[in-house]
Amino acid sequence: MSNKIVLKKGLNIPVKGAADLIVSKTVNPGIVAVRPTDFKGLLPRLLVKEGDKVLAGSPVLADKKNADILVASPVSGEVAQIVRGEKRKLLAVLIKADEQQQYLEFPKANPADMEADAVKAAILAAGLWPWIIQRPYGIIANPLDTPRSIFISAFDTAPLAACQEFCWADQMTAIQTAILALGKLTSGSVHVSINDENSSFLKLKGVKFHTFKGKHPAGNVGVQISNIAPVRKEETVWTVSPAGLAAIGKLFAKGRYDVTRKVAVAGPMAIEPSYIQTVPGMPMKELIPFYGTNADIVRIVSGNILSGSNEGTDGYLGYYDSTVSILKEGTEQELFGWIRPIRYKQFSTDHCYFSWLTPWRKYDMDTNIHGGARAFLMNDGYYAKVLPMDIYPLYLTKACLAGDIDKMEKFGIYEVIPEDLATCEFVDPSKNNIQDTIAKGIDLMLKEMA
Amino acid sequence: MNKIFEKGGKLYWLHSTVDAFETFLRVPGTTASKGAHVRDCVDLKRIVIIALIAAGPAALFGMWNVGYQHQLAIGGTGAHILGNFWYGFLRVLPLYVVAYLVGLAIEFGTAQIRGEEVNEGFLMTGFLIPLIVPVDTPLWMLAIAVAFATIFGKEVFGGTGMNIWNPALLTRAFLFFSYPNNMSGSACWIHYNPAKDTLVDGFTGATPLALDGAAQYSTTVWSEFLGTIPGSVGETSTLCILLGAILLLWTGVASWKIMLSSVAGALFVGALGDIAGVSAVPCWEQLILGGFAFGTVFMATDPVTSTQTECGKWIYGFLIGALCITVRLFNPGYAEGMMLAILLANTFAPLIDHVVVSVHVSRKAKKTYEY
Repeated sequence: MSNKIVLKKGLNIPVKGAADLIVSKTVNPGIVAVRPTDFKGLLPRLLVKEGDKVLAGSPVLADKKNADILVASPVSGEVAQIVRGEKRKLLAVLIKADEQQQYLEFPKANPADMEADAVKAAILAAGLWPWIIQRPYGIIANPLDTPRSIFISAFDTAPLAACQEFCWADQMTAIQTAILALGKLTSGSVHVSINDENSSFLKLKGVKFHTFKGKHPAGNVGVQISNIAPVRKEETVWTVSPAGLAAIGKLFAKGRYDVTRKVAVAGPMAIEPSYIQTVPGMPMKELIPFYGTNADIVRIVSGNILSGSNEGTDGYLGYYDSTVSILKEGTEQELFGWIRPIRYKQFSTDHCYFSWLTPWRKYDMDTNIHGGARAFLMNDGYYAKVLPMDIYPLYLTKACLAGDIDKMEKFGIYEVIPEDLATCEFVDPSKNNIQDTIAKGIDLMLKEMA
Repeated sequence: MNKIFEKGGKLYWLHSTVDAFETFLRVPGTTASKGAHVRDCVDLKRIVIIALIAAGPAALFGMWNVGYQHQLAIGGTGAHILGNFWYGFLRVLPLYVVAYLVGLAIEFGTAQIRGEEVNEGFLMTGFLIPLIVPVDTPLWMLAIAVAFATIFGKEVFGGTGMNIWNPALLTRAFLFFSYPNNMSGSACWIHYNPAKDTLVDGFTGATPLALDGAAQYSTTVWSEFLGTIPGSVGETSTLCILLGAILLLWTGVASWKIMLSSVAGALFVGALGDIAGVSAVPCWEQLILGGFAFGTVFMATDPVTSTQTECGKWIYGFLIGALCITVRLFNPGYAEGMMLAILLANTFAPLIDHVVVSVHVSRKAKKTYEY
């Protein structure tokens, strides 16, 4: 029934500290941050001021380019502070949460009976549109577009990432509702990628299934699209995560904006790594039980350890993230590091070391980059073997470095977002920031193609 | 690092140099500032050191062979293994000192000017240069050649990683075309002192390759394989080069595709030569003569100057092997063609890649998918 795709390339990074599949606690944060920087492609306009009362689902930000796109508050409460940075750039809206949550009521509806425009209007009005991400570029979708197809990845292969099956298996009714709604918005199909024949997602109806076998980044929706039907110039596809589907489904079924989710708190420095139930924008301070007295020596990453953002103890959980990774800051110098025949505690995919002979081992990884930045020296194939896409990763990266739009197009800039090349960045012995280069390339494309 | 070497400090001009030595001993405590928060523990230093170790057996054997050839030339029988090695070591050491001093000085200087860290690439280049020149190369010539290759072959393009030609081979090419008398013929391969040493009867000093495989000191295929023949310092012993090749292939530092296709290319043209009766040397013997093995294992596989694409590597390697034997068989002027073959293939590598990538892009554009 499903289309089987085996990906031979890729890399599972063997890091210690995977979260146990239990929800150890529910965190109802006192303060919640809504941050425009979480939303790629959003030009934020502030809709609230300090002291305003908001409900869960009340709009807080709107997009200046398309006023219909709203970002809503995940909790009810009072706008406590509006944080601005240099040149008064809006950084965050801090909302002091109520003890008892109150929801803005939206009309319940059955998307099966609705027209595409009505579905769009409902999702937009509830501030759930930012869950719909377009490819190319990985920005918030334009509601005026009709995508070629919609892609959903029902599993995550990133190191220590939250198990999507564990997080969403009990929400299949809501997810089915969302699929019905999204099906109205595309001229093609809704594709769901799974990696397990027993996946709960297989219960969904009205979708095309694809079963992927392979290492990370097989779970990245970009990699899946590339292996199902790559995005080409002047084509648009949309992607939605299971978290987004659940939120959209609950909007139609219950008439509420509900973005609570299970979040994996994991990593080598996490104490008893497990899941918590919380909302996006939760302050990382709430995670003290997980990092204890190590606040000074840990890095707290919202998202996975390859592509997440470094939040620190003063940061917040990103809007889309369902993983928090706690790592040690690797500021120590290592004597005779590269000269030693064997570095038992370090992991390398390269056969210059021996860790590839012990594939069962897991490692205490820290944030040290283990070397100095150099020009690219290794060949494209060195990077391509960890990227299961039909592109030349080094050519694309160099085209982005050179800012050569024509070559970026040819080499596949429409197919990737930075996270897709994260494994290439991990293995790079020249220690280049490949994801950052790709992100800059995408920014250039957005500027030039606008 | 001491503040004095930091920007604004008195000795800032030494920053790159001090940093190079410091990071040589200790992996710096740099943490990931952007992108992936964890990184693979391999770095270029490790990759370069593996390549260097791989070339080790050829270098050690080469030093011994310098002494051994000297003993043969003067008809001596007294020197034992260590004596030959010591004799050769003392002849080759100055080549190493000059190659590293000149090359690293330029590397450190340009790194400082650019405000970058010193790239490890020259450690390998400097290790290879003495192995691919005749032992009697005058040091001042070597110094000029190394300076030329490093500055005009590498630094003007932006340093290691940006160069088009293999810098070690460029050094050799510079010597070859500027001072042909010291680089070819029969006078340069075996060290002896004309004033002091009396040579044995029938001594020519030419390499078996120049003599079209003919015998000197009863050269056999076995001695060609072991490397007890005259030649550039490190190139003679196919056995030691194979040991290096095993390490390079096990670690994946060098591409097996390039090595294999280079051998295939050489055998192909060699066989054509055999059929045409151009040479008395059978095609398989070409593989163990001259610089073919050394070039295939250590030079052609340089990741910077070889082709980038995996498909391109097949073409690139084949081109090297085929060109090398073509020069050997069909060009009466040059006995050896490996240097020219690799430099020419280096030149064409970007073109090969361009074709491979363009074909891939256009083929992909024609594919159809089900939405």
